[in-house]
Amino acid sequence: MGEKDVMLSEPPAAVEGRLPDPDHRPWPWWPPAPARKEMASGAGNIDSTQLDVRHGVVLYLDDISVSFDGFKALNKLSLSIDAGELRCVIGPNGAGKTTMMDVITGKTRPDAGKAFFGTTIDLTKLTEPQIAHAGIGRKFQKPTIFEHHTAFENLELSMKADKRVRKTLFAKLSPEERDRIATTLAQIRLDDSADRPAGLLSHGQKQWLEIGMLLMQEPKLLLLDEPVAGMSDEETERTAELFLTLAGTHSLVVVEHDMSFIARIARKVTVLHEGSVLAEGTLDTVQNDPRVIEVYLGR
Amino acid sequence: MIFARLYGPKGWLAVLAGAIVVFAVFPVLNLVVPPESAFHVSAFGVGLGGKFMCYMIVAVAMDLVWGYAGILSLGHGLFFALGGYAMGMYLMRQIGADGQYRVNMPDFMVFLDWKEFPWTWWNSDSFLWCMFLVVAVPGLLAYVFGYFAFRSRVKGVYFSIITQALTFAAMLLFFRNATGFGGNNGFTDFKRILDIPITTPQTRMALFAITGAVLIATLLLGRYLVTSKFGRVLAAIRDAEARVMFCGYDTVHYKLFIWTLSAVLCGIAGALYVPQVGIINPSEMSPANSIEIAIWTAVGGRGTLIGPIVGAGLVNGAKTIFTVALPEYWLYVLGLIFILVTLFLPHGVVGLVQRWAKRT
Repeated sequence: MGEKDVMLSEPPAAVEGRLPDPDHRPWPWWPPAPARKEMASGAGNIDSTQLDVRHGVVLYLDDISVSFDGFKALNKLSLSIDAGELRCVIGPNGAGKTTMMDVITGKTRPDAGKAFFGTTIDLTKLTEPQIAHAGIGRKFQKPTIFEHHTAFENLELSMKADKRVRKTLFAKLSPEERDRIATTLAQIRLDDSADRPAGLLSHGQKQWLEIGMLLMQEPKLLLLDEPVAGMSDEETERTAELFLTLAGTHSLVVVEHDMSFIARIARKVTVLHEGSVLAEGTLDTVQNDPRVIEVYLGR
Repeated sequence: MIFARLYGPKGWLAVLAGAIVVFAVFPVLNLVVPPESAFHVSAFGVGLGGKFMCYMIVAVAMDLVWGYAGILSLGHGLFFALGGYAMGMYLMRQIGADGQYRVNMPDFMVFLDWKEFPWTWWNSDSFLWCMFLVVAVPGLLAYVFGYFAFRSRVKGVYFSIITQALTFAAMLLFFRNATGFGGNNGFTDFKRILDIPITTPQTRMALFAITGAVLIATLLLGRYLVTSKFGRVLAAIRDAEARVMFCGYDTVHYKLFIWTLSAVLCGIAGALYVPQVGIINPSEMSPANSIEIAIWTAVGGRGTLIGPIVGAGLVNGAKTIFTVALPEYWLYVLGLIFILVTLFLPHGVVGLVQRWAKRT
């Protein structure tokens, strides 16, 4: 069932403040603790501490192709995102932006190509929850929140935790966890609406709530599909500020149509067209690229 | 405190009132008050009450999967019947040599000229073994079926149709004499349970009280589940499953847990139903029965736990009255109830009461 008992292989608790030795063996014949990776992969709880970004690359897509009934949604797409980078992805409708996110988050399996998170985690072999645990958070194009839950509960459910059934059955919020939720609620300016059903929030607030849910997951890489759609100018401005503070400690991939928003946050922009990368560079460079102009303005 | 989390003072008062009715009012009115009195509850009344409470357990089990996890099963009657058959096997063995043929074997087997019990009847004279089967057979079937269905991401109406097909296939299987469970006659003519005569008022009252205790326990267990973080994850799966997966929850395990638990609860309800009603046959597996379970839940109010209990009581109460007064019209009435509830009471009777309570 894929739910191996991780608890069994965890080292014994610390005695008198001493850190437990993970390789501790009570008897010589005692089997050595299994390698970390092995322990985690079966449990669906891949720890994001495994992420290896020593080569400076957090996400690496190579020659990814996806087709639906003959239509090539992605056509040999290659893309790499550096650790701590804020990357904007633009492109006309049908360019494959959402399909790219589906591939990264495990919703769609590519027909061909490689997708790596860091240098060790092969995304094409993991399920959606495993990828989430590995440290990739995703915001959908249409704000997807739990409408019947309160804003507080939305954050509670997305909070980084052991998310297996037998843990959630008896889970209780610790004071520290309540504080964390309260901090995030303040950060996304929903502290007044904490106990309101999320379905009653305004469109912009829902967008913020979803971003807040992402933050609670403590991802290393955030995929944001049209994060400022439906936001007021002021909300858009604050979103831009938030993303700029997140960059550096997190890696962000932002798909957006709002060019003024892109101009506000962009460092490096990738233009997708018909499932592959058309141009890449600063916003100025790509905006003056004749191929990009042709794609956007038509022939 | 866990008790404070489950219900407020009013809620606990209601649970207590229910317990008093089941454990004090009914027994006194049935066993102590003389039959001449207007307050006497007849054996028929006790049997009817016990039967209704079995249905209520099923309705709560249905609400857990449908109201909270958004999985509409149209095959819950199968799990109910399987629990009933497991209990029925034991009750058949308890008849001993008191059957028509005076042989230590169920009548239908003698009639079919069988010389020994089929393997499915192994150890069926053991009460504990049969109680194990009551839980294990529906649980295992639900687990295996659910594992493949949820892992393949079968959802919505497709899932409902498959569950319907499953119970229909099982019904055809159980209709066959060769299956070894009495064919279309099923099991009946029970004489004893745990070597105690089954028809005495005391035994009936004991069964009634046990059913009441199981119903209350089911309600409290359900309430614990839906007020826990687990319950919030379930409701989140109902509303936005993709989001839940991207939050890092393996939704297959969540659905499988509540689905299997629900099937087990149905099995237990079936096991309590058979000795009180005195018969189990394959018609319990008919698709119409399973659809009725969904109607009870919808009428009472999905996602409320208490609603389905009310719904099961109301619909079966109406059924009892109608099948006596106007038997040929019952199905029309049932269909009408379902349409009216779907159109005008999306939150069921409980939702209506809550709306009134808010207005005043």
